[in-house]
Amino acid sequence: MSQENITLISFGQLGKDIPEKIAGDVALEFHRPVSLREGHMDLSEFFDSARRQYNGNLLIKHVDSLFTPSTMKLIGLFDVDLFIPILTYIFGQAFLGGNAGIVSVFRLKNERYGMAANDELMISRLRKEIIHELGHTFGLIHCQHPDCVMRSSTYVEDIDQKNQHLCADCRQNLKL
Amino acid sequence: MDKRVSILIVDDEESVRDSLYNWFIEDGFRVECAENAKKALSMLESDYFDIILADIKMPGMDGLEMLRRIKALRSDSIVIVMTAFATVDTAVKALKDGAFDYVTKPFDPDDLTHLIRNATRQITLQEENESLKNRVISLENVEDIVGASEAMKNVFRQVESVAQSNSSVIITGESGTGKELIARAIHANSARRFFPFVSVHCGALTESLLESELFGHEKGAFTGAMYNRKGRFEMADNGTIFLDEIATVSTKMQIELLRVLETKTFVRVGGNKEISSDFRVICATNKDLKVMVENGVFREDLFYRLNVVNIQIPPLRERKEDIPLLVDFFINKYCTSMNKPVVSIDANALKRIQEFNFPGNIRELENMIERAIVVGNGKKISLKDLPLEKTMVASVGESLEEVEKSYILQVLNKYDWNISRTARALKVDRVTLYHKIKKYNLKLDE
Repeated sequence: MSQENITLISFGQLGKDIPEKIAGDVALEFHRPVSLREGHMDLSEFFDSARRQYNGNLLIKHVDSLFTPSTMKLIGLFDVDLFIPILTYIFGQAFLGGNAGIVSVFRLKNERYGMAANDELMISRLRKEIIHELGHTFGLIHCQHPDCVMRSSTYVEDIDQKNQHLCADCRQNLKL
Repeated sequence: MDKRVSILIVDDEESVRDSLYNWFIEDGFRVECAENAKKALSMLESDYFDIILADIKMPGMDGLEMLRRIKALRSDSIVIVMTAFATVDTAVKALKDGAFDYVTKPFDPDDLTHLIRNATRQITLQEENESLKNRVISLENVEDIVGASEAMKNVFRQVESVAQSNSSVIITGESGTGKELIARAIHANSARRFFPFVSVHCGALTESLLESELFGHEKGAFTGAMYNRKGRFEMADNGTIFLDEIATVSTKMQIELLRVLETKTFVRVGGNKEISSDFRVICATNKDLKVMVENGVFREDLFYRLNVVNIQIPPLRERKEDIPLLVDFFINKYCTSMNKPVVSIDANALKRIQEFNFPGNIRELENMIERAIVVGNGKKISLKDLPLEKTMVASVGESLEEVEKSYILQVLNKYDWNISRTARALKVDRVTLYHKIKKYNLKLDE
């Protein structure tokens, strides 16, 4: 694995506080430094008024083109409801083997599902999703191991069931 | 995922194609996209996809028409149709035309995951079914090998030891000795047993047909090549290919075969993509390949490439002690398949069978027993049920008296010991026949 740095950029109201609680674990998981930045972007051009959601395909392309130097893995963090045209929603997505990924906390919050807010749980979910999307940028595909962070998650309950670490096979694939 | 499942996405909207493409490659699938039905059909002519995910509403040819054409091309294709304009009618129409499932855009990530999981499970089941069928066939056939003679025990020992290796094998033996069964036994005892055993009868095909059969062909490679077809070498990937009657292969094909055996790669007829396949080769012939090499009609390099191990199957006349076992085996086999009670064989009939030369080897014996069960009275196989009248003459080493004795007995049995009819058939008078019966001490039911 080449020595690329990881950057987490938070957009909008997400701020830097939450990413700061996650950066250390991400650095440990991938054995490389993680830097944090705050970004500013007009999200209105990514808003689909018919679906009242934000187009994840356009957003990731924009993030990739604007912010990603070739030596960097970059994850854009948002707090908006993401979709891709064929799916009703997504938690995040990344370019497989590419540089950029996006993750949104919007659907990772308990209150979205009529439950009491739980920041700790939300941060845990966000941490797993960031590591998951970063794994894709490093070329990892979905893993069948039930605990592996690279296991596909379509519901928040799926995210809660897996842990935040890569399994031995995925680590081996990344030569960590 | 053991094998990389391939998906073809057909949709006129680029954003939909991109979304699905990114979603599926993260799952490790091989994904290709087409923006219309025409392009998809053209891609399907040159490539194989396990799952086709197609939009119904597209400019030009719609998804339903494309579904019908795909099914005509390859009936086992798994096609999932999707549309933003769901109606019960189109759903029913798509399913009637052979769609695997029907979905309405946009769908939940979980629905998409389940849909593809069900489709891949279907593919796995189809493949397992095919593989198990092949395995059952090869196991059934392996059980068909019967023999307790020293010669056959020696063959079994060779089969056992050679099965564990990947070496090429030539099986030699007269026609009807069971060369293919031995090839199947090698495959069934090898590490390749869970993969296909592909049999090719080289002698039954012309040079060009054999080439297309072995290497496959691309659509339009020749008149009648309506679509792409996998060749036998490709089908035998991870398994064994059995080339029967290898001595009949033309010089040109011998060169081709040598190249494929050395590189394990080949190109389909009319194609340009190099395909590799991991197969083991077993050949069979009833000719002496060494003599053919000396006469310059079989390539020496190919002979040495094939002849790593040589197994010689003895003709039946050289292992007559196996005949009772074989007779019992075939009686059981045919009584069971014809749903008849298992019959026994008369001691004299068995003795006469053992005296016979069997130029057609086990195949001839098998046909003889099958016929006896069909025409017999269902209790006991006797001499009159066996077609030995003409063939017995072919026995070697019998004296004229022995031949006369057995022939008279056969005709007597045929006419249920009616002396007048037997005498007429033998064109002798009744007194002569009585003399002969007395002379040879012939008795009813002998």
